[in-house]
Amino acid sequence: MKPESADLSRRRLMLGGAAVGAGVLLAGCTSNEDKNTSTNNGQTKVGGGDNAAPGKAVKIGFSAPAADHGWIRAITDNATKQAKLYSDVTLIPVDAGKDAPAQVAALQTLVAQKPDATVLLPQDGAQLTATGLAAMQAGIPVINLDREFSDSAASRLLIKGDNYGMGVAAGLYIGTKLKGRTDAVIAEIAGIDSLPLTQDRSKGFRDALATFGLRVTNRVAAQFTVQSGQDVTTNLLQAAGKIDAIWNHDDDQGVGVLAAIKQAGRKEFFMVGGAGSLDAMEHIKAGDSPLECTVTYPPSMASSAMSLARLIAQGKGLSDLVELQVPKQIVLASETITKANVDKYLPLGFRS
Amino acid sequence: MTGTIQAPVGQPVATRVNWWRDDASEAVWRTVALVGVLLALFIIGGVSRPDIFLDPSRFAGNEVIVLRQAASIGVVTVGMTFVMISGGIDLSVGALLALASVWSTTVATQSYGPGVMIFAALAVGTIAGLVNGILIAYGRLVPFIATLAMMVAARGLAQKISGKLTQIVKVDSIKQLAVRNVLGIPVLVFIFLGVATIAWILLNRTTFGRRTVAIGGNPEAARLAGINIRRHMLVVYALSGLCCGIAAVMVTSLANAGSSTHGDLYELQAIAAAIIGGTSLRGGKGTLVGSVLGVLIFIQISNLFVVNNLQLEYQLIAQGAIIVGAVLIQQFRVAALRRPAPPGA
Repeated sequence: MKPESADLSRRRLMLGGAAVGAGVLLAGCTSNEDKNTSTNNGQTKVGGGDNAAPGKAVKIGFSAPAADHGWIRAITDNATKQAKLYSDVTLIPVDAGKDAPAQVAALQTLVAQKPDATVLLPQDGAQLTATGLAAMQAGIPVINLDREFSDSAASRLLIKGDNYGMGVAAGLYIGTKLKGRTDAVIAEIAGIDSLPLTQDRSKGFRDALATFGLRVTNRVAAQFTVQSGQDVTTNLLQAAGKIDAIWNHDDDQGVGVLAAIKQAGRKEFFMVGGAGSLDAMEHIKAGDSPLECTVTYPPSMASSAMSLARLIAQGKGLSDLVELQVPKQIVLASETITKANVDKYLPLGFRS
Repeated sequence: MTGTIQAPVGQPVATRVNWWRDDASEAVWRTVALVGVLLALFIIGGVSRPDIFLDPSRFAGNEVIVLRQAASIGVVTVGMTFVMISGGIDLSVGALLALASVWSTTVATQSYGPGVMIFAALAVGTIAGLVNGILIAYGRLVPFIATLAMMVAARGLAQKISGKLTQIVKVDSIKQLAVRNVLGIPVLVFIFLGVATIAWILLNRTTFGRRTVAIGGNPEAARLAGINIRRHMLVVYALSGLCCGIAAVMVTSLANAGSSTHGDLYELQAIAAAIIGGTSLRGGKGTLVGSVLGVLIFIQISNLFVVNNLQLEYQLIAQGAIIVGAVLIQQFRVAALRRPAPPGA
């Protein structure tokens, strides 16, 4: 062998070896097992009393949009885990696909399997209404989760969070603290602005602040993503040299919001979050950031929806109520988490 | 033939007086125009928010922030400029950034410390870029298709690895990267300037750069001239991937987290910035100075809108208008250059 080619093959061997080594190292880096924290522990529950006892075996369908965001992922996790807690429930999950038409198709295959009830978080409430109606007419009770159908006849039960109330809760907290200071600089970091839920939250916030004679002075909208949260907040902090309070609609994007605040070295204001993620609660507990409060929009509603679907399918009511059947509509209150009560809420915090 | 080239008889040799009319001046004119747009944005800022734009120290502080926010998309645009000059396109940049950020912030990677995190980001970006290059150069896929497939697949893999959760960075030195300043300028800006400078040298002062332009201008001629086009394309896409890896470290440090949602629409922003900077979608033409100015204009616009408390929708409309305006000006200018000179000029 000529010396050159020997040299070349040695070089190739070394390069190849380095590549394989890097590959092994990289492959080892994909693990996300975290021994210290297990996700979403406290968000499922089996109540006491007669309803906990196994009853008639039921099949419950479940469909929610693919998780692109911590909150939706927590919804799916919670529904699945809650169903597993009951020995008499068989869960039939169907993938909701990418958009509303895909979810309509998926639900038709689900209805064909004749479940005893189905829990549905629609891609879009209005577009899924006809499908909900058809399922109801086929005798399958539909539990409409969070995003509301345009016709209440399309669901047996609507269980949802309160977006307007969330804005009100944030406005009340900020208003109480800044009462009487009509020149206060109050900033709002909204989520995706075209969504009705964002508009409801903003309206609630404005209305609540107005009762204190306060108003939103600076408003920006992010995209519910960490990066967009960092980006808009960085610019927002440039726009307002001095801020008294910030409400950030969403704790997922809040990770980026807090990063931007830290990068700017600003401390003169306090901040209220939204949704109630584990990370936000940990910051509230530690008191290491301006975030001192968050208003909830709990994904544990999926667990409750699953429990209620089981009761409806088995023909049972809520044991503390007089009525024999589960009510028609449940709107969860947006709760205010501060350092004083954060320990109680920590188990409910979802990983964003 | 003799070795010397002579001016055709009867026509005067192009005089230096009219140098701004010839083709080579286009890049200069474009740079001047882009700087003019930036200045116009500053003037708008000075009118609408004099307290920020007319106060020297606050203005400087604001511009440092604009530069820091521009760093990650800037680095991606540098890679994109190479790809576009070579006649290709890379739609996967945003997704590669997300994948690299997720890969470098898993619990396992973070346990190895900052060195491995940075290595993972750069390696993942480069390898994914190489896969793009292999598909295009040896699989003979059209760049649009190959990188479109990579865009979808890399986003999916990022979601798979992260479990669609936000992976918060616990390693302090990575977090500090976004906070730390040297001489009042953020470290991220220095990295951006470093990448842009190296890329400028690579494009304008090396055979690699000249070959990239040659391949983009006329691939067949480049092949006949003895350039190994396939290997060259491989390197160009790997470089773009490496840029995504560098940008991933920046975004991870800025956002304090790795996420499969990072780099959303970066491919479009990078292409738009390169185009208003004068890089041609057909290849063979483009400058890094133009691309960097293009990025700065976009980031300055979003800064200007937030500072004036205007909502996102206006910003999107303004960005669209600037893209169209830049391309229209380019076309008129090219058309004017091709028109025969008026008699007596």
